[in-house]
Amino acid sequence: MTTYGRGLRGLSLATIATISTALVLVFFYAPLDADQGFVQKIFYLHVPLAIVSLCGFVFGALLAVGHLRTGDRRWDMRSYVAIHMALIFGVAGLITGSIWAKASWGHWWVWNEPTLVSFLIVLLLFATYQPMRFSIEDPERQARYASVFAVLAGAFVPLNFIAVRLAQQYVHPRILTLGGGNLPGSMRLTFIVALIGIALLYATLWKYEMAAKDARMRVRRLRRAVLGEDALAPLGRSAAPS
Amino acid sequence: MSVFAVSPALAPGKAAPYVIAAYIVFLALVLVYVAIMAKRLRSTERDLEALGREIGADRDDERDEVAA
Repeated sequence: MTTYGRGLRGLSLATIATISTALVLVFFYAPLDADQGFVQKIFYLHVPLAIVSLCGFVFGALLAVGHLRTGDRRWDMRSYVAIHMALIFGVAGLITGSIWAKASWGHWWVWNEPTLVSFLIVLLLFATYQPMRFSIEDPERQARYASVFAVLAGAFVPLNFIAVRLAQQYVHPRILTLGGGNLPGSMRLTFIVALIGIALLYATLWKYEMAAKDARMRVRRLRRAVLGEDALAPLGRSAAPS
Repeated sequence: MSVFAVSPALAPGKAAPYVIAAYIVFLALVLVYVAIMAKRLRSTERDLEALGREIGADRDDERDEVAA
């Protein structure tokens, strides 16, 4: 089993158990919100997805620092997968948020809401990561430029978050604060379990994809070692690290 | 302008489709991702099998050469 595949089964089981528990808590334990009613149940999905997505971008930036420090391309692969996963979670967060906005505010999107627009900006910024990689043919340069991009864009995430927190005019409710927030105990417990579940899902899928990519590379190296360079099909241009 | 003021809470019956849609979108994205990964895994397995066959064929050739 590869390094990335180690512990994957246990992690997958923990993810399934935590997400199942979260779903039970969301629909059978957490009370209905007095303001929004049943539609507030989307909160337990949308907010963890957005938080994990943003943390995933920062995680990708930290891994990219590892690549720039060591020059080891495995760090670039880890960073690539972290950002790729965070993008998927971000898109899910954006869609679920849009559904919630339609149900709650009567609009699919509100342009004068700093939280929504700033999240969209971060998502669009990272959406350029893959085309940027694809535009660079040389793998070494691709990895280096992508790492620099990931670090800069990753640093933008907390700055963006602070700027939005400092904004005065917003309609997005401030539920989570350093002072404990406004959630009652049962809702907070449900939210924390949902957040852990989504974070575990991110970690599981990251390890899963890393294990798959690592296995493909090992097969390629094995083919080169046993049958020689001629036995390898040339790699096409790709955004993914090779 | 307060967006909340013009949008009172939906009744559970009217809110349910939105909640279901949000959770289905999430489930669908995860399933699509897992399906893509499963396809790639099958492709890696095929590559590994092909490599195993090629190595086996090379060894057979070497044995034939030694025997000759």
